[in-house]
Amino acid sequence: MATQSLIPAGDFRASYAADTTIFPTAGSRYAVLAGIALLACAPLVLDRYWLSLLIQIGYFAVAALGLNILVGFTGQISIGHAAFFGFGAFASAWLSNTFSVPVFFAIPLAGVLTTAVGLVFGLPAARLKGLYLAIATLAAQYILQDFFARANWFTGGVAGTPAEAFSILGFAFDTDQRYFYVVLAYLVLTFVLATNLMRSRDGRALVAVRDHYLSAEMMGINLTRYRTLSFGLSAFFAGVGGGLYAHYLQFVSVEGFGILLSIQFLGMIIIGGLGSIMGTLMGTAFMVLVPEAMGWLTDAVKGSAVDRALALKDNLSFLREMAIGLVIVLFLIFEPDGLAHRWRQIKAYWKLYPFSH
Amino acid sequence: MTSHLLLQLVLNGLIVGALYGVVAMSFVLIYKASQVVNFAQGEFLLIGAWICWWLLTTYQLPFWVGMLVTFAFMLVFGIALQVVVLRPLIGEPIISVIMVTIGLSIFFQALCKWLFGVFAQPFPPIFSAQQVSVLGFEFQSAYVMSLGISLAMMAAFAWFFRYSRHGLAMRATAFDQQVAQSLGIPVRNVFAMAWAISAVVSSVAGVVVGIVNGVSSALSLYGIKVFPAVILGGLDSVVGAVIGGLVIGLLENLAQYVDGQYLHWGNLYEIVPFYVLVVILMIKPYGLFGTRDIERV
Repeated sequence: MATQSLIPAGDFRASYAADTTIFPTAGSRYAVLAGIALLACAPLVLDRYWLSLLIQIGYFAVAALGLNILVGFTGQISIGHAAFFGFGAFASAWLSNTFSVPVFFAIPLAGVLTTAVGLVFGLPAARLKGLYLAIATLAAQYILQDFFARANWFTGGVAGTPAEAFSILGFAFDTDQRYFYVVLAYLVLTFVLATNLMRSRDGRALVAVRDHYLSAEMMGINLTRYRTLSFGLSAFFAGVGGGLYAHYLQFVSVEGFGILLSIQFLGMIIIGGLGSIMGTLMGTAFMVLVPEAMGWLTDAVKGSAVDRALALKDNLSFLREMAIGLVIVLFLIFEPDGLAHRWRQIKAYWKLYPFSH
Repeated sequence: MTSHLLLQLVLNGLIVGALYGVVAMSFVLIYKASQVVNFAQGEFLLIGAWICWWLLTTYQLPFWVGMLVTFAFMLVFGIALQVVVLRPLIGEPIISVIMVTIGLSIFFQALCKWLFGVFAQPFPPIFSAQQVSVLGFEFQSAYVMSLGISLAMMAAFAWFFRYSRHGLAMRATAFDQQVAQSLGIPVRNVFAMAWAISAVVSSVAGVVVGIVNGVSSALSLYGIKVFPAVILGGLDSVVGAVIGGLVIGLLENLAQYVDGQYLHWGNLYEIVPFYVLVVILMIKPYGLFGTRDIERV
């Protein structure tokens, strides 16, 4: 599928640098900067509920970005991402509690630790692909979950563990308004990182591995190295996302890192668009908002005949799960390229209006 | 005493393993025919068991009538699922197909919780005696029935693939879809049939487990347990699935013995199949009887 850019007819790119530029037009650069500026104003306008949703979207997007590098760019499948996310959360809390590492450093360090764990479970990735790898990561999910419940020294066992608030030089980011900026900073940083990775030699190697691993190997790409690398990278982002999550809630417990979250992560990148950085953000927002939307829906019909007949309020958690499953299935059938693709088409439509080509 | 306990555990392991083998067979059936990895296999068990339970408790049907109605429902359900959800995805990349079945599993699991609640519901009593003793060992009647049904299922599968026309068509499709199609085998019907048979067979396993443990969402765990079994046996081998199921069942019970006697970890038996899974994938990813694609990865 040819991607339509918003550059006026003809290809004016004269150098390789121009071809790999992040912002093809000045307009897109200003749009992104304006978007970040707008988000920075969000805590001044939005109430706590919406802010907490935005923070959720933030830390999930960081982790989902890692998964998109693995699945969307390298073509490996992982059904164990939530376990790595959880490991990052526990590792960050553990580092700051046990070794009194400042939280500022604990989050990236947790990312590094998670990378190490990811590499251990990613070892099969060096040998396996497709389906077999999916099943190996499924095993990783269950093994790590079992470890969380067992390792009292690390996770506090079933009781969970507290995590300190994020602070810089004594200034604590312990409210939603303040923590939002921490998440925003990490989000921008990781998205810039991932975008630049994909413009680099290593990033292109990952895409080559996805597109045709045999050709990639013939071109001199070390398959084992890049497969493992992408596994490690994805674990790193998951760990950082997990760290952000831990210090936002200031409490981490074993529940919540189950297979359902792994599937939600996969849902995020599929709905957003595999292999699309901005799509990851869109998909994450969609996936966080869908279960909330079920809540609004039940509030809207509260007390009506439908509500009485189906007892919606009591079954809200099931409704949310059903919505997640349904959204994934419907997207795969009707919009397999995700929201990012649809967004490109909308842009192209207005660009070319009133003509269709 | 401990040797008696050990032997009892081995026998229990084999009986449970035979059930895993049945579920693994129905998993392999879908994979072989349509190259779809069905992560929603456990939900087939769950739906079958709930439907049967509902018929038996609400309408007070005799057991065998309830079973037959359940079969009919699962047949239609399997075909409908294949036609509505999986057919549009033919030719899509493997991640899409895997994700669609995962999405289905989440959806149906939540739907079952919504319709039937989260608590385990016991089946109405089907046997006059809860326990039977064979050669000095105590077995639950349902377990004995389970073993009988599992063996019957395996025999039926063997006959179906070996001698029946549809079984032959299915084997041909599994071997090469394009050639099969060009020889006049309706490949799409074969896909639908594979899903239907798989759903029916799974529902039998679901009902058997439901009789022993009661029906609850925990049933769908069988859909996850099946992965170590099929990987051990080789993903596309029916015989391998049976053997893999037996080995995993045995292993679980032995792990429980070791755990209870020496280690005292608590839930080793639940997690041990996954350790085995990782080890198998590392050393022999195509399993014992699987087709070995010659490619360097």
